[in-house]
Amino acid sequence: MSRVRTSLLLLAFAPLLIGADKPVLVPDISARKVEIRYSFTGAQLLLFGAVVFPGGRPPSHPSDIVVVLRGPVQPILVREKQKIAGIWMNADQDRFRSAPSFYSVASSRPIPDLVDDRTAAIYEMGLHNLQLSPGGGALPEKERRFEAGLLDLRKRRGLFAESPRGVEISDSVLYRATISIPSQVPVGTYTAETFLIDRGKVVAAATRDIQIDKSGFERFVALAARRHEGLYGLAAVLLSLGMGWAAAAFFRRRM
Amino acid sequence: MDIYLPIAGQSVNALFMVLLGFLVGILSGMFGVGGGFLTTPLLIFYGIPPTVAVASATTQITGASVSGVMSHMRRGGVDLKMGGVMIVGGLFGSLVGVIVFRLLQATGQIDLVIGALYVIILAWIGGLMLKDALVALGYVKAPTTQKPTTRHNRWVASLPLRWRFYSSGLYVSPLAPLALGFVAGMLTVFLGIGGGFILVPAMIYLLGMPARIVIGTSLIMVLAVSAATTMVHSLTTRSVDIVLAGLLLLGGVVGAQYGAMLTTRVKPDLMRLALAIIILLVALRMAVGLAWRPDEVYSIEYL
Repeated sequence: MSRVRTSLLLLAFAPLLIGADKPVLVPDISARKVEIRYSFTGAQLLLFGAVVFPGGRPPSHPSDIVVVLRGPVQPILVREKQKIAGIWMNADQDRFRSAPSFYSVASSRPIPDLVDDRTAAIYEMGLHNLQLSPGGGALPEKERRFEAGLLDLRKRRGLFAESPRGVEISDSVLYRATISIPSQVPVGTYTAETFLIDRGKVVAAATRDIQIDKSGFERFVALAARRHEGLYGLAAVLLSLGMGWAAAAFFRRRM
Repeated sequence: MDIYLPIAGQSVNALFMVLLGFLVGILSGMFGVGGGFLTTPLLIFYGIPPTVAVASATTQITGASVSGVMSHMRRGGVDLKMGGVMIVGGLFGSLVGVIVFRLLQATGQIDLVIGALYVIILAWIGGLMLKDALVALGYVKAPTTQKPTTRHNRWVASLPLRWRFYSSGLYVSPLAPLALGFVAGMLTVFLGIGGGFILVPAMIYLLGMPARIVIGTSLIMVLAVSAATTMVHSLTTRSVDIVLAGLLLLGGVVGAQYGAMLTTRVKPDLMRLALAIIILLVALRMAVGLAWRPDEVYSIEYL
């Protein structure tokens, strides 16, 4: 359905677009809303779209596309374990004021080949260019260590990902990339950014929002646990008492 | 069959959780322990966040101890007065435990404290039980220089304000069971264990209660304190996952019934030996976890 909407949009804007001297991106996502239900084990999002070039003709050299999906930003505290007296314990910590809870980037070629470091840093393209805003005036060396630790941890959980050849471009006009979301993804508003890169410069950019939210029973439970703590606790106790009693009653009758 | 846990915020294999509950349930039915000392570490190894694991294991303990309490009540194997005193201690213990838990969480040392407490307590109790079981089975000669056993522990006997506990046939100060309940309550909050496997030996060796009454009394205490702790966790840490608890309970309550049936068929000393070995294995695993380089050197806390 959204595909139809996109093409209609494309048609409607076509006269305007043809007149412009800059290419325009028309992005879309396979789902605007991801619902977390009881069977949720993660999701695959297809980020696709078209590039509308001025005059309707793609340039002779190929352009590149970078797609970034990022989750809501959270302030976090990262702790580091060190071996003290033979035991691994938390010994050091660092604060990051704006760490994205999810970050996945896909590009048609490795990012260092596409843009210089400055541009990559400005648009936060690539894991190493995230602006995490470390706080607390720690030494740069320590900050780098903690940043590497945070990236590694989230990468292994599937919350941070880089896929240097994850964008497929067909006929220089259509592009598509698949980004997978693990089940332990946090809820919130995600943004999908698409960049069109031509000879080391970002020539067009577009963003779309995606809602990731618990729905149905899962949403009800999560809300109840947060808003009606007392009733929720009582329900948990009654559930365990009831199930224990039911099993005892059932087995006694059988024997 | 994967199912999404709304509070833990991740999906788990539902069959695995039911099976885990079942195995722990068998143990709890056989030995009169809540089984939390196994559930919590196993959930943490599986990848459930530690606070959710502790809180949800507590909920499961309540369910697993219900049928035990019911059958012991019918047999008259519960000292309600003694249990009541211990429950009061346990409620205070769980409240104080939550405050200390929060303090440790703020300093970032909660994982270490949980791990270290597990190792110390499990190694100690497991060692005691192993020795007892080996002596009873005749593999090891009991120490011949046995002191004339006094009925009560010397410290317990020296406490003031004695009460008479008729079902237990004891004349001791209520401060002793109160303190015992307090410690068990704190441990319930910290470790997600019912404290049954500490209460049972403590009641036998420290208070000198008759074995006939010990298990039922400890179970009723575990039932009350774990229910209260579930409430406390829901109100403060908000990490009780009712779906996870439900899955564990599903297996747990059924397992507890089969466990109780098994008790009549297996030699009790062999069972004690088996439990001692299980406890020591868990302790060893936790000790290795403390000394070995962990997979995750870094951990994240949300502010």
